[in-house]
Amino acid sequence: MDFSHILNSKKLAFSVILSVFLSVFACKSFAIQSEKAGVEEKNAKEEAFNPTTAILEHIADSHYWHVGGEVSFPLPVILYTDKGIENFSGAAFEHGAKPYQGKYYTYKLVDDKIRVVGANGEVDKETSKKIYDFSITKNVIAMWIAGLLLLIIFLSVASTYKKRTGKAPKGFQSLIEPVILFVRDEIARPNIGYKYSKYMPVLLTIFFFIWINNLLGLIPIFPGGANVTGNILFTFVLATIVLLVVNFSANKYYWKHIFLPDVPLWLYPIMIPVELIGIISRPFALMIRLYANISAGHIIVLSLISLIFIFKSLLIAPVSVAFVLFMDVLELLVAFLQAFIFTMLTALFIGTAVEEHHH
Amino acid sequence: MTGSIAALGAGLAVIGAGIGIGQVGGKAMEGIARQPEASSKIQTAMIIAAALVEGVALFGVVVALLGK
Amino acid sequence: MGELFENLLNDHLGFVVWALVAFVILLVLLGKFAWKPIMAAITERERSIEDALLKAEAAKEEMARLTNENEQLLKQARAERDLILKEARQMKDQIINEAKEAAQAEGARMIEKASIEINNQKAIALASVKEQVASLSIEIAEKVLQKQLENKTQQDALVADLLKEVKIG
Repeated sequence: MDFSHILNSKKLAFSVILSVFLSVFACKSFAIQSEKAGVEEKNAKEEAFNPTTAILEHIADSHYWHVGGEVSFPLPVILYTDKGIENFSGAAFEHGAKPYQGKYYTYKLVDDKIRVVGANGEVDKETSKKIYDFSITKNVIAMWIAGLLLLIIFLSVASTYKKRTGKAPKGFQSLIEPVILFVRDEIARPNIGYKYSKYMPVLLTIFFFIWINNLLGLIPIFPGGANVTGNILFTFVLATIVLLVVNFSANKYYWKHIFLPDVPLWLYPIMIPVELIGIISRPFALMIRLYANISAGHIIVLSLISLIFIFKSLLIAPVSVAFVLFMDVLELLVAFLQAFIFTMLTALFIGTAVEEHHH
Repeated sequence: MTGSIAALGAGLAVIGAGIGIGQVGGKAMEGIARQPEASSKIQTAMIIAAALVEGVALFGVVVALLGK
Repeated sequence: MGELFENLLNDHLGFVVWALVAFVILLVLLGKFAWKPIMAAITERERSIEDALLKAEAAKEEMARLTNENEQLLKQARAERDLILKEARQMKDQIINEAKEAAQAEGARMIEKASIEINNQKAIALASVKEQVASLSIEIAEKVLQKQLENKTQQDALVADLLKEVKIG
C-alpha cells in the first residue's frame, strides 16, 4: 500500500487542480439555468437580508454544495421508500422550486428536507414518514474528502515508516510523528495506563478525523466549508462509538462501581440511577461539546461577515475581515483543542472503565 | 418573545461557565506560577476541568435553544 | 420542541448511517494499514534507541572499569618495578660487599702467604749463610790448623789440650 507517490507527483497535483477548475466551469452552465428561477427570490432577498436564516443555511447540511455566487453542485439523492430505493440527482429539485416526479412518489425540497407531495401539490405528511433520506449530502461528501485525505496522508506516512525502519523521521513523517506521539504520551498513556496500546487505533482515528474535519470546516472555499463536526448527528455518531468502546471494554470493577457501589444500602436507589445516567451523559456531553464549539465558531465567523450585509456598506468590510481573521486564528486553536479534548475525555472514560481497583 | 427568553437562558448559562472557567484558569495560573515544572500536568488537568465546566454550560445553551 | 423531532429519523437516519460507515471504514483501513505499522515502527525505534543508550551506558561502565583496571595494573607494575629495583640494588650492594670481603680476605691471605714465604726464604737464606759461614770457618779453621800443626810438637800440645778438655764422664 504505497501512496507516497500521490503526494509527490506534480503532474497528478496539476491535473487535480485542473479538473476542479473544469468542474467549476461545468457547474456554471447549470447555475445559469437555475438563475432564472432564483432571480425573483434574489430580489426579495436583497431587500431584507436575514442573517439568522443565512447563517443557519450555511452551517446546516444540504443537498447542494454551494461553491460561491450562484454556483452550486447538485448532489445525488438516495431515498429509501416503502416501495423501494429511489436514486436521482438533486438538480431535479432546482433548489426547492419544483417538485420532482420520482418512480414511486413526487418529492419536493422543503427547507432542504425531502417531503412527499400529494396530487394537490401539498406536502403529504403521512407518506413523508415512509421515506428515509439516504442522500449523499454535503456533509457526507465532506466526510469522505476528510477520510480520503486521512487515508492518503497516513498510508503514505506508514509506507515511509516501513521504508525507513529504525531511522529518524523525515519529511512529512516528522510532521505527523509528534502528533501521534502527543496522542500516545499525553492522551492515551496517562489516562488509560499500561493497557493503552489496544485503544490507540480508535483514539488516533477519532483524534485525526475530528481534527481534519474541523480544519476543513474552516476553509471557506470548495473542498472545505462544510460544517461536519458542527453537525450534531456526526458528533452523535462519534459519541455513540465512544459509548460502545467504553462500555464494552469495561471490567468488573467498573460494573461493580455502578451496581454495587460502596455506599449504605439505602442510597442505592439514588446512586444506581445516577451512575446509569452518568454512562449516557458523559458521551452526551462529548457530543454537545464538539457540536456547540464548532458550530459556535462558524456562527461567529458568519455573523461577522453578515455585518457587511446588514450595514450594506463596504466600509465595514475591513473591520469585519479583521475580526474574521482573528476568529479564524482562534478557530485553528479550537479545532485542535476540541479534537484533543474529545480524545482526551474518551481516553479518560476508557481509563475509568479498565482501571483495576484496589480498595 | 420566547426566543428572547431562550437567549436569556443561554446567556445565564454562559455566565456560569465564564465564572467557572475563569476560576479554573486563574487557579491553574497560580499553580503554574508556584510550580513551573508541573505546568504541563496542570495544563492538562486545567483543560479537562475547563471542558467539563464548558460541557455543563453547553447543556444549558442547548436546552435553552431547544426550549424556544 | 415537538416540531424539532418530527421526521427526525426520516431526514437524518441516512446521515447517521453514512457517518458510521465512513468512520468504521476509516478505523479499519487506518488501523490495519496506518496505525499498526506506524505504532510498531515507533515502538521499535524507541526500543532500539533505548537499547543503544543502555549499551552505551554499559560500554561507558566497561570503559571505566578497564581504565580502573589499567590504572591498577600500572600501579602494580610500578610497585613491582620498585621492588625489583630495590632487590637489584640490594643484590648489587651485597655483591659488592661480598666482593670486597672476598678481596680483603684474599689480600690478607696473600699477605700472610707472602710473609710466610718471606720467612721461609729468610730462613733458607739464613741457613745457607750459616752453612757458608760454617764451611768458611771450617776452611779457615782447617787452614789455621794446618798452619799451626805443621810441626809435631804443636800437634802433641793440641792433643794434650783436647785431651784435657775431654773428661771421661
